[in-house]
Amino acid sequence: MFEQSISTLAKQLKNKDISSVELTQAFLKRISTLDSQLNSYITVSDELALQQAKAADALLQNGQGTSLTGIPVAHKDLFCTQGTLTTCGSKMLNNFIPPYESTVTSRIQQAGAVMLGKTNMDEFAMGSSNENSFYGAVKNPWNLTAVPGGSSGGSAAAIAAGLAVAATGTDTGGSIRQPASFCGITGLKPTYGRVSRFGMIAYASSLDQGGPMAKSAEDCAHLMQAMAGFDEKDSTSSEIASEDYLANINAPLAGLKIGLPKEYFGDGLDAQVAETIMNAVKEFEKLGAIVKEISLPNLQLSIPSYYVIAPSEASSNLSRFDGVRFGHRCDDPKDLLDMYMRSRAEGFGQEVQKRIMVGTYALSEGYYDAYYLKAQKIRRLIKEDFVNALNEVDVIMGPVAPTTAFELGSKTNDPVAMYLEDIYTLSVNLAGIPAMSVPAGFVNNMPVGLQIMGNYFAEAKLLNVAHQYQQHTDWHLQTPEMAKGA
Amino acid sequence: MNWEVVIGLEIHTQLTTKSKLFSGAAVGFGAEANTQTTLVDLGMPGALPVFNKEALRMAVMFGHAVNAEIGMTSVFARKNYFYPDLPKGYQTSQMDHPIVGEGYLDVTLDDGTTSRVGITRAHLEEDAGKSLHEDFQGMTGIDLNRSSTPLLEIVSEPDIRSAKEAVAYVKMIHSIVTYLGICDGNMAEGSMRCDINLSLRPKGQKEYGTRTEIKNVNSFRFIEKAIYTEIERQMDILEDGGRIIQETRLYDPEKNETRSMRSKEDANDYRYFPCPDLLPIVLTQDYVDEIKSTLPELPSQKAKRFQEEHKLSEYDAGVLSSSRAMADYFENANKIAKDAKLTANWVMGELSKQLNQEQLEINQAPVSAENFGQLLIRIKDNTINGKTAKDVFQGMWQGEGSADEIIEAKGLKQVTDTGAIEAMIQEILDANTAQVEQYRAAEPDKQKKMIGFFVGQVMKASQGKANPGIVNPILAKMLKG
Repeated sequence: MFEQSISTLAKQLKNKDISSVELTQAFLKRISTLDSQLNSYITVSDELALQQAKAADALLQNGQGTSLTGIPVAHKDLFCTQGTLTTCGSKMLNNFIPPYESTVTSRIQQAGAVMLGKTNMDEFAMGSSNENSFYGAVKNPWNLTAVPGGSSGGSAAAIAAGLAVAATGTDTGGSIRQPASFCGITGLKPTYGRVSRFGMIAYASSLDQGGPMAKSAEDCAHLMQAMAGFDEKDSTSSEIASEDYLANINAPLAGLKIGLPKEYFGDGLDAQVAETIMNAVKEFEKLGAIVKEISLPNLQLSIPSYYVIAPSEASSNLSRFDGVRFGHRCDDPKDLLDMYMRSRAEGFGQEVQKRIMVGTYALSEGYYDAYYLKAQKIRRLIKEDFVNALNEVDVIMGPVAPTTAFELGSKTNDPVAMYLEDIYTLSVNLAGIPAMSVPAGFVNNMPVGLQIMGNYFAEAKLLNVAHQYQQHTDWHLQTPEMAKGA
Repeated sequence: MNWEVVIGLEIHTQLTTKSKLFSGAAVGFGAEANTQTTLVDLGMPGALPVFNKEALRMAVMFGHAVNAEIGMTSVFARKNYFYPDLPKGYQTSQMDHPIVGEGYLDVTLDDGTTSRVGITRAHLEEDAGKSLHEDFQGMTGIDLNRSSTPLLEIVSEPDIRSAKEAVAYVKMIHSIVTYLGICDGNMAEGSMRCDINLSLRPKGQKEYGTRTEIKNVNSFRFIEKAIYTEIERQMDILEDGGRIIQETRLYDPEKNETRSMRSKEDANDYRYFPCPDLLPIVLTQDYVDEIKSTLPELPSQKAKRFQEEHKLSEYDAGVLSSSRAMADYFENANKIAKDAKLTANWVMGELSKQLNQEQLEINQAPVSAENFGQLLIRIKDNTINGKTAKDVFQGMWQGEGSADEIIEAKGLKQVTDTGAIEAMIQEILDANTAQVEQYRAAEPDKQKKMIGFFVGQVMKASQGKANPGIVNPILAKMLKG
């Protein structure tokens, strides 16, 4: 039951082989049994889940609903959920119960899905290991001493361990793809503007994008059917109509042009990970794809560019957490300044404070041109690289991360090593294109994700490519030991 | 030393959009605290701004009215600073790419001279909320009703050289924005506020002196007084060989002084950067042209038309066109009265006097323009004379009825029957034989002065109803004997 795809579960629900209440109860029970090992949930919303399951059963009883009706899913704790604690992984929002629902969670709810709870994450989505959570680190189901990746580590771990059928994540610099890679699941970061950011607590507004995380590309497509589309409440959301993400998922790949950027296979990439990725590429060749080497010359510049733009936006976005209207306020403030300083010093963790300071510095008078403007120029170069490359090929493939999941604590004292984790994912956000992580094998029993990048609004294409690969491989069907037999 | 005053003004005008600049909350004054807010105005996590296109339209209208370049691509930027009534920790404004670029206004002073004031730019921005320091026992209350209310900030060049010129410029801006209907112009409620940048320099010197900025002055009178006060303060310092400190100051109307708020050293680094939640606003030429073609008649155009069409003097035309409400009142009254000079005199005279006395705006006048016109008709057709008309006007103001009703009820109709007037005059001459003798013995020059006595007696006897135009020749003739 915990390894079934959305399509299978939807069929069982429709045929009344199982009810949503039964399914939901089973998942809730499994969470209470297994999640103490993983810490993938910050909040489990039992009561609400059962209410929603009942409502879903009523719909199903009448033969109504969508493929998501009655399916238990989880949401990254960065999507505001009306009446349910939304912490963003921070002490700052330890008491924050939103009076409104994000567009993404609202649409998934409208489609009839059941919310099991809110998943753990790096504080304010800042991190690549899920070690920056006020609610404690998340463990990787494949190795409980390894990180699940971040920042959507809770969602990735929960899916890998069968604690949710699917989940939402957000990706600002790799936060869907890298944990998907580390936990052996499938994740899609859509084109910037494809999925509404309304009700998503902002980290870096020009880079943030919500997306689906699930066991397979097909499951991701089911979620996209609900999530994607224009939202008048988000001015940056695209008015281009969203596609039917399932319609062409079975299209054959013969003639597909795949570009392999040589910069993605240089120094710093683990040799066994490289080999795994190349094996996956060979699989595509067997399916009729044509592979050619391409170049994305400004890849190296994505790290400095990202680590100026994202903190700059974050420094402004996080100003609203001032202890005045919501969130943490220090005890007995002496005066206004004392309230600001202590509330923020107590409420924000170290990484968040660091990025606020970096961003504040980069935007300061006298530094703005040298940092922020320069970073924006680099961003344009990176975007041009992708546009040029995607004129030649249909999709670009490479690794998601240079290594498999690393040991907990191994990089916490080396921020540069931690930032280098994102080398293959950041540029996608800077360019705004969509990209996926698809399970492609194992190195020392730890999953490796293949990254598939595509043109603007080519999500359906990416899902098709990934789905065809998954029709011929079973990497995405593997289950970690801790999740077996429970 | 002979000093020259250099003034530049920043005027914040609150736009009359129905909803806020970035949210659907209603804009209004005086509602219960925090009732006119949405997630966006409260700065809730995950809330996103959606730009109000009506504000854009209004800004473009203003741009056309001041002969300005329209920013075909304008960009919202975040101005970052912490304050409890600034919920997001930044104000969404425009920095490098404002919606309105360079323009100008020709300002006419009371003495009839005209000077051109350059407009640097005008940009859209959201207002902050309000901090309430009373009624909270040593704490501060926050009201976010005003948060995200749309403002158009109009920045002038440092082209203004006197307090009078500054006031004339602000009045002109006030008149333009109210004409366009993009601001209600209510300065007492803060719909228009002015920041004054002021410096002095020795006459003939090219370089500007160090300036101070006086924040948030909200009446024409205070603008004038604040400028005089600040000129005096700066002059005292400079004449004593001191130096002006660049700082922000506050004008205290009660003490008539400016006080230091913060110096340049304490000033925030606002860390402006383009707001990533809002796309750049890109305009089409069609859109800009369409707005230009639907622009209402502006005050300067109206004044010109009043001179040509109604043959009014430049001064009268200027006064009557200074506010749209007054111009409309004049035109509507004149439609009935059909005597522009008479209507102009009465609107600028009795009506304005009464409004000033009761501190009312013209649109609050209890006498409608149409009824006012009816009163003027009765002056024109000699039913009543000017003096009686003033009493009738008072009656109309007090709600006693229309001009005709009051004239009828009080029997104020002028006596024009020559026979009756002759009889009345004879009675007066008989009763004042001594004065008649004196008159007849006097030189013609003196007689002219002496006749006033008899006119007064006739008016008294007729209770003001005798028509002076008929009385005077008859009286002169009968006095001759």
